[in-house]
Amino acid sequence: MNTVTLTVKKVPELYLECENVNPDVFAGKTADKIAKLPGYQGKEISTLGEYFTIAGEAGATAAETKIIINGDCSKMKYLGAKMTAGEVVINSACDMYTGSWMKGGKLVVNGDVHSFCGLAMAGGEFTINGNAGNYLGAAYRGDWRGMSGGVLRVKGNAGSDVATFMTGGEMIIEGDVDIHIGTHMEGGKIIVKGNANRRVGGQLVKGEIYIFGKINVMMPGFKPAGEVALEVDGTKAKFVEYLGDLGERHPKKKGETVYGKLFLKQ
Amino acid sequence: MSEYLIKNGHVFDPVQGIKGDKKDIGVKDGKIVDKVSSSAKVIDASGKTVMAGALDIHAHVAGPKVNAGRWYRPEDKHFDSHKKPGITRIEGGKSIPTVFKTGYEYARMGFTFVMEAAMPPLYARHVHEEIHDTPIIDEAALPVFGNNWFILEYLKNQEIENTAAYVAWVMRQTKGYGIKVVNPGGTEAWAWGLNCLTIHDPVPYFEITPAEIMTGLMAANEYLGLPHSMHVHQNDLGNPGNYKVTLDSLKLAEGVKPNNKFGREQVMHSTHLQFHSYKGENWGNFESGAKEVMDYVNKQKNITIDTGNVTLDETTTMTADGPFEHHLHGLNHLKWINVDVELETAAGVVPYIYDPDIKVCAIQWAIGLELALYAKDPMRCFITTDHPNAGPFTRYPRVYAWLMSKKYRDERLNTFKHADKVISATNLSGMDREITLYELAQMTRAGPARALGLMKDYGGLKAGMNADIAIYNINPDKFPSDGAAIEKAFANVACLLKDGKICVDEGKIVDVGKKHTFWVDAKVKENKQVKHDIKEKFLRYYSLTENNYSVPESYAPHQHIISVDATQ
Repeated sequence: MNTVTLTVKKVPELYLECENVNPDVFAGKTADKIAKLPGYQGKEISTLGEYFTIAGEAGATAAETKIIINGDCSKMKYLGAKMTAGEVVINSACDMYTGSWMKGGKLVVNGDVHSFCGLAMAGGEFTINGNAGNYLGAAYRGDWRGMSGGVLRVKGNAGSDVATFMTGGEMIIEGDVDIHIGTHMEGGKIIVKGNANRRVGGQLVKGEIYIFGKINVMMPGFKPAGEVALEVDGTKAKFVEYLGDLGERHPKKKGETVYGKLFLKQ
Repeated sequence: MSEYLIKNGHVFDPVQGIKGDKKDIGVKDGKIVDKVSSSAKVIDASGKTVMAGALDIHAHVAGPKVNAGRWYRPEDKHFDSHKKPGITRIEGGKSIPTVFKTGYEYARMGFTFVMEAAMPPLYARHVHEEIHDTPIIDEAALPVFGNNWFILEYLKNQEIENTAAYVAWVMRQTKGYGIKVVNPGGTEAWAWGLNCLTIHDPVPYFEITPAEIMTGLMAANEYLGLPHSMHVHQNDLGNPGNYKVTLDSLKLAEGVKPNNKFGREQVMHSTHLQFHSYKGENWGNFESGAKEVMDYVNKQKNITIDTGNVTLDETTTMTADGPFEHHLHGLNHLKWINVDVELETAAGVVPYIYDPDIKVCAIQWAIGLELALYAKDPMRCFITTDHPNAGPFTRYPRVYAWLMSKKYRDERLNTFKHADKVISATNLSGMDREITLYELAQMTRAGPARALGLMKDYGGLKAGMNADIAIYNINPDKFPSDGAAIEKAFANVACLLKDGKICVDEGKIVDVGKKHTFWVDAKVKENKQVKHDIKEKFLRYYSLTENNYSVPESYAPHQHIISVDATQ
């Protein structure tokens, strides 16, 4: 695997849209070519070379390319977005859309990410070793297609409207989450190891939500369905199972109604 | 104004019957002329195709429902809203582009006129604001009448003269172009929780049928002698088996004679026929009814149609057929907006994905192409995507390529997930016809221009006509065998002249031209009854006054007014 190292040499005045910073675009390119790739700042187009010092050379394919980004990326959007393979490590906090529409590969952020990260993620592994903002792994504004695959792990807390319209994949938040998690969810699995605020699983159609801590205010559309012993992300414990959201439409499978499930750790 | 000489191009002009001959076209002061002076700037068109600017007879490009689509679908423009280099402004959106993108993209494809297909009279100001902001292309808008309370009441009593007087009044107030009818009676019936799914289903309270509404509006249209005919989106859109309702509606035109001074020969324009040409009883045994419908259209000379081709994209459906949008929302569970427009109409908006892996979508795709390929008279069959309902207008080049290359459309047909089922439910695989460049010029230029009553000045390249000219990078002697190459050529004109000015050069916008808003001013005898009815309805039912209803000139500062006189 070849490594390309990007070091921020200039913090953009507005925000730099780094749609071209991912292994798929870098694949087969030398540092010089990468430096010439375009990036929007507002309505102006500039180049990656203007904002980054670029060292190394990409592999022939995305899968053989690793990108390491150093320096302050807190004004960089779309880092690692739409990647399908390879590896990206960002040693900084970064802005919106990081890892959004990701289909494969491995993305690690050693810092916090802003809102709208991991949007509509479809595959791969995305690890945030910090906190995440709002709309993590959700659908884009207005869209009805949220996270559908892959594993998204946050070591810290996440904001509100996390995993809206999720249809598949797994999201693990090791800290707390704010309001509206798993709204309109129709598949997949969410694990919150800390506390959740309010409106957990509103309009949940299908899928599973596990809360290890407390839910501040429970949604009225969930009914208890007994206690189960489970192993969830390495933790063995007893959970109370709830079915819901009873106010939402639910599909039928073999004549039986399929409900969404909410598990609260005892 | 500058002079141009377009030299050595292969000219396709149905108005003069020119089929690809090499011919020079002169342009002076915005008009096509026989001779230009020696100082004329020469545009070398050798090895290229020259046609008049294209006219889109039916697209939803401006107004409240288009804008509702824009604001409730931010995802439609997320990946696609950057500024391109040059004089253009930011272009955003795919199925519901911004007004700027709408103008630029039409111009890049060689279009110079677009008809906004449904204007709610109450929101005409909004429609004109958007039309005014759409660069380059000329536009007009058709006010909707098929569910209007005045019309329903007048036609119930068969008062054609009053209907005509009211239509003329609305067209003047709203700066409208003609009579649009959407799901006649059905949208009003929906306010009562019902719909009109045949042409004989009565509208509750008004006790009038869709057949009576269409017949009455055709009569009013010809009474006024408008440049365009009644333009109808029929009942029972989008349901299996609806081709019978379609034939019933088309038959209403039998015996009706066109009356106008514009050379228009049809009395009914039946729009997006693809959505109305379905056989079968349900989505399981859904089949093409294109042959049955086109067999009738081919022999009935006073009808024109447009296709409404499905382009197999993710798009946004929007129509003044409120009940249909509600029905569609029930099918795909995606977000739905409904807008009720007081006494006039109701519109709905729902996103839709025409997925090639879904059998029904693939059959719809085939039906749209079959309609155009069955058409015996290309002067009466126009290509549309009912933008954005069956697909975005930016896909016209692909639709042309499917029609012009059997190889290209067969490649698509044979690679559908359910190819076998699609082939057996349609006739497309057995159709060898390939639309020629001349036929394309009929279907996209001369034909729609005649149907809109604009054939004197538009849709052709005869001396004296308006200098709206598209030059494509297509050499008819070496017509591309590759579908993608056809698409590319039609997506980016080599040159577009609008009103004799170069607006697009090799696909790049170089001038935003001077667009015009067309509308029809119909003069009628003073009608005290209608005047009284308008006053009373505004007082009793409308949420605004008559004074706030009309579209002032400041909303449409560049008007092109077509006058008709129905006082004789």
